[in-house]
Amino acid sequence: MSEKIKSSEITPEGVYLNRRNFIRAGLLAGTAAGTTAAYRLFNPQAARQTTEEGVVISSAKPAQYSPPNEKANTFEEITNYNNFYEFSTDKSSVAGKARRFVTRPWTVEVNGLVQKPRVFDIDDLLRFEQEERTYRFRCVEAWSMVIPWTGFSLKSLLDQVEPLGNAKYVAFETFYDPNQMQSSFSAGIDFPYVEGLRLDEAMHPLTILATGLYGKLMPNQNGAPIRLVVPWKYGFKSIKSISKITLTDVEPPATWNLAAPDEYGFYSNVNPDVDHPRWSQATERRIGETGRRETFLFNGYADEVAHLYSGTDLKKYF
Amino acid sequence: MQDVKFHKVLISINALIPLAFLAYDGYRGALGANPIEFFLRTTGVLTLVFLLITLMITPLRKVFGWNALIKFRRMLGLYSFFYGCVHLVTYSIFDNSLDIAAIVGDVWQRPFIAVGMLAFLMLVPLAVTSTNGMVKRLGGKNWARLHKLSYLIAILGVIHFWMIVKSDVFYPALFGLVLVILLGFRLVTAYGGKAGNQKVGVSKS
Repeated sequence: MSEKIKSSEITPEGVYLNRRNFIRAGLLAGTAAGTTAAYRLFNPQAARQTTEEGVVISSAKPAQYSPPNEKANTFEEITNYNNFYEFSTDKSSVAGKARRFVTRPWTVEVNGLVQKPRVFDIDDLLRFEQEERTYRFRCVEAWSMVIPWTGFSLKSLLDQVEPLGNAKYVAFETFYDPNQMQSSFSAGIDFPYVEGLRLDEAMHPLTILATGLYGKLMPNQNGAPIRLVVPWKYGFKSIKSISKITLTDVEPPATWNLAAPDEYGFYSNVNPDVDHPRWSQATERRIGETGRRETFLFNGYADEVAHLYSGTDLKKYF
Repeated sequence: MQDVKFHKVLISINALIPLAFLAYDGYRGALGANPIEFFLRTTGVLTLVFLLITLMITPLRKVFGWNALIKFRRMLGLYSFFYGCVHLVTYSIFDNSLDIAAIVGDVWQRPFIAVGMLAFLMLVPLAVTSTNGMVKRLGGKNWARLHKLSYLIAILGVIHFWMIVKSDVFYPALFGLVLVILLGFRLVTAYGGKAGNQKVGVSKS
C-alpha cells in the first residue's frame, strides 16, 4: 500500500522547472567549457614574436644577389612556422619551446680533410662580412616562403680552413642538448641532426651560412646562432644551429635520408617533376597566400646551379 | 523525452564549438602562419573524432548498458559527415580553386588524397540513408549491413591521416589504437556470440 503523498511534498511546478533549467544551464556551461578547453589544449595559440625583438646586425651590407621579385614573408610568419624537430614536431610550437635555448657561448668546429682545422667562436663568425640574401625557401612539405637572410658565403669559411685535394663532401651537425631540446618521443628521426653537401655545392656562391634574418641576429627557432641556407634544395638540407663542419671523402649521412631513404634523397634538389612518394611536389603553398603556386626546378635557381648537375639523372639522384 | 531533445541540443552546441573557434580565430588572423593547412588538418581530425565517437556508441551500450545513447548515434555520425564536407570543400577551394580536373589529377597523383576521397565517397550513402524513412525503405537488416561501411571508412580515415604525417605518427597512431580497440570489441563480441557464453580472451592484433 502506497502512502498518499501529502500535497505539501509535491514540488511546485515552477520550482521543478527552475531546477531543471538550472541543471540544464549547468550542463551546457560545463560541457561547453570542457570542449573549449579540449580544443585549446590541442590547438594552443602560437607565441607571437615581432620584429621589435632581436639584436641588429649592424655590419650587414646590401644584397649582392638581386632578391627574387617576390614579396618577402613577414618576420612573424618566418619565426612562428618552423620545422626544428629537436624542439617540437609541431611547426607553430617551436618558437615557444626554443625561447630559452642558450646560443652563447657557441663554437663551430671545422675539421676533417682540411689544411687548417679550426674552432670558430660565434664572434669570429659574425666578423665575416655579413650580407643580405633574400631567398625563396621551399619545404619538402610543399609550402614555401621568401626570407631575407643575413649571412656570408660558406665558401669564405671553407677557404680559411683550406680543404685538402681529396675532400669531396662537407658534413654538418646540429648542436644537440636533450636538456634544452625536449622533442616528442615519437619524432621519428635521430639526433643530433646531420646533413651534407657535395663540395662543389658547398662552394657555390648561393650557399650561405646565415646568422640572421631581417637584419636581426638569428631567432632561436630559425636555427640560432648560425645555420646553413641552400636555396635550391628542400629546406631540411639547410641544417640549423650548426656545431660541427667536417670535410670528408665519402658521402656523409643525412638525417632524413637515414630515416626514409626512399622519400628523402641525399641531394633533395627542389624538383616539381620528382614527387615525394606520398605527395606531389609540382605545386606549393606560399605562406601568406591561400592558393597554390607552381614549383620551379631548383626552386627557380636553375640558371645559377643547373650546371652542377649536368648529366645527372635527377630522378635517380633525387 | 524533453531530455533527449535537450541532450541533442547539448551535443550540437559542443559539436559546433570547434567550428566556431576556427571561424573566430580565422577572422582575427590567429590560425598561425599557414591558416589553410591548419583549417584543413583540424576539420579532418574532427571528422575522425566524430566517426570514432559514433563507433563508440555500440560498445558503450553493450558494456555499460547505456542504451539511451543510441538516440544520439545518428547525429554524431552526421557531424562526422559535416566536418568531412567542410574538410573537402576547403581542400577543393584552396588547393584546387574548385577545378574538377585538378582535383581528379590530385586524387590520381597523391595516394593519401585518393584514400581520403574514397572514405568521403563512402560516407555519402551513409548520410543519405540516415533518415527514418530510408531505414524503413531499406529494412533494418540491409540498413545495418550498409552502415558497416563505417568500419572501412574509419580505417581509411586513419590511413589518410597517417600518410600525410612526415615522421611523427603519434596522433595517427593514437587514432589507430582507438579504432583497433573499437573494431576489436566487435570482433570479440561477434566471435563470443557464436561460441556461446564462453569467455573470450582479448584478441591479439
